[in-house]
Amino acid sequence: MTTLRDILSQGAQMFLVLLLAPLLTGFVRKVKARLLRRRGPPLLQPYRDLIRLMRKDVVLAENASWLFRVIPYLIFAGTWVAASLVPTFGSGLLFSWTADLIAIIALLGSARFFQALAGMDVGTAFGGIGSSREVMIASLAEPAILITVFGVAMIAGSTQLSRIAEFMGSSEVGLRVSLGLALVALIIVALAENARIPVDNPATHLELTMVHEAMVLEYSGRHLALIDLSSELKLLLYVSLIACIFVPWGAAPADSGIQAFVFGAALYFGKLAAGGFLLALFETSIAKMRVFRIPEFLGAALMLALLATLLRFVSGSL
Amino acid sequence: MSGLQFDIAHLLAGSLVLASFVMLYQDRLYSLLNVYAMHATVLAMSVAWQAFVQEAPHLYLTASIALVFKAIIIPVALHRIIVRLGIHREIETAVGVGLTMMAGIGLVALSMVVMLRVTPGADALAREDLAFSLSVVLLGLLIMVTRRNAVSQVVGFMSLENGLVLAATGAKGMPLVVEISVAFSVLIAFIVIGIFLFRIRERFDSVDVQALDRFRGERG
Repeated sequence: MTTLRDILSQGAQMFLVLLLAPLLTGFVRKVKARLLRRRGPPLLQPYRDLIRLMRKDVVLAENASWLFRVIPYLIFAGTWVAASLVPTFGSGLLFSWTADLIAIIALLGSARFFQALAGMDVGTAFGGIGSSREVMIASLAEPAILITVFGVAMIAGSTQLSRIAEFMGSSEVGLRVSLGLALVALIIVALAENARIPVDNPATHLELTMVHEAMVLEYSGRHLALIDLSSELKLLLYVSLIACIFVPWGAAPADSGIQAFVFGAALYFGKLAAGGFLLALFETSIAKMRVFRIPEFLGAALMLALLATLLRFVSGSL
Repeated sequence: MSGLQFDIAHLLAGSLVLASFVMLYQDRLYSLLNVYAMHATVLAMSVAWQAFVQEAPHLYLTASIALVFKAIIIPVALHRIIVRLGIHREIETAVGVGLTMMAGIGLVALSMVVMLRVTPGADALAREDLAFSLSVVLLGLLIMVTRRNAVSQVVGFMSLENGLVLAATGAKGMPLVVEISVAFSVLIAFIVIGIFLFRIRERFDSVDVQALDRFRGERG
């Protein structure tokens, strides 16, 4: 019975994240448009875009290798698995023993590796620029997120997300400056990883400073649909990751009834909406950075993460 | 001491270290001064919390000195000075931010290793305050080393002094006379430095301290 419930909740989680991801992106776009006093596209526009792309033919470049055709599926698979490991509405998932923060980062890292390869595969200049910038950002963002994870894991005593969420929801946490620093570092990394505004502009297609869009410029049809869906999933993943670590209240514990799950799901919608709204607010109030300032921005995240770990080390050794 | 009291003291002292890092990151003079005011406010809050925890009423006086002089009077005076010197829009060419940050992290780690090894017998709050205040002092020195502008060197010096005050309040039974005399000597140092800034400016048309190197004959 327990196993059956775990399977059911894991399956529900997998399809929930897949269904919600385009909605979150649409919501962020809508809020941004409203903040700029435009009407904006309807909330369901990302779904329509995906369906339209799915119907279209794939146009391949002449010198595209087999890797180019395989990579969208690899990226999508990696991101989807990672997104379905993060506890959203409840922590009693079938695979919560594998829902390790380091495993999730590794899945996202391999997805990014393949994306950078695909950017260089066709051999256009734009793809090369995009890949090189993406790798530069990644080489700064990954140490920052790993050290953040170490800091959080030192406080919670585990790198497993469900355990961390349970610990953070309990009252033993107390008031910790390390957690605040880790939150800021994680938000900066999330902005960089999702190609959001101070680092990259998700709304442009042809601009010399673009990063993510430059890499996927050669994709079309269902390949492009998969890549778009994966980046939407990644945004959802980061919002739920931050919610799961820093605001875990209301998520259903491992052995609870259906009401707790429904309640957790309702609260999760609220958290996603709040996260999306804050993201849109932040994006409209800040300008995009020059590419050469990105290392400073991400360096600040790395510094905050290191400082969080150091401060935790002091209070832990007393 | 209960857990929450320690946690709040930890939070405030940790924010002081963080504020030092923010100062290290700023390259514009105005924002540097604003962050310095924030640094002093955090210090005042931290000292007031220590006064509450240790039940030492004279520390409230130290906190109010920090708040009035360091968070209000000195930043306002420095604002006026840089406007009169005409350097308020200047961007500083410090050593690269990344390198400075790395050095800062190294200094914080160093001070924690040193202080936690040296003071195993003291109580938890004093140990932690000593470790944090040593890192604030070292970061203040680092700010002074990496800046070429005399005004920001003054700000680095002031933030160093904030670290000393934090150490002094963490140690129980620091007499009030010592604290007041430290506060006033810093104020006098500030006035002297202010006068010197104008003298340097008169003589060299700049407050970039590299002009002094040339004058001493160290560079060609």
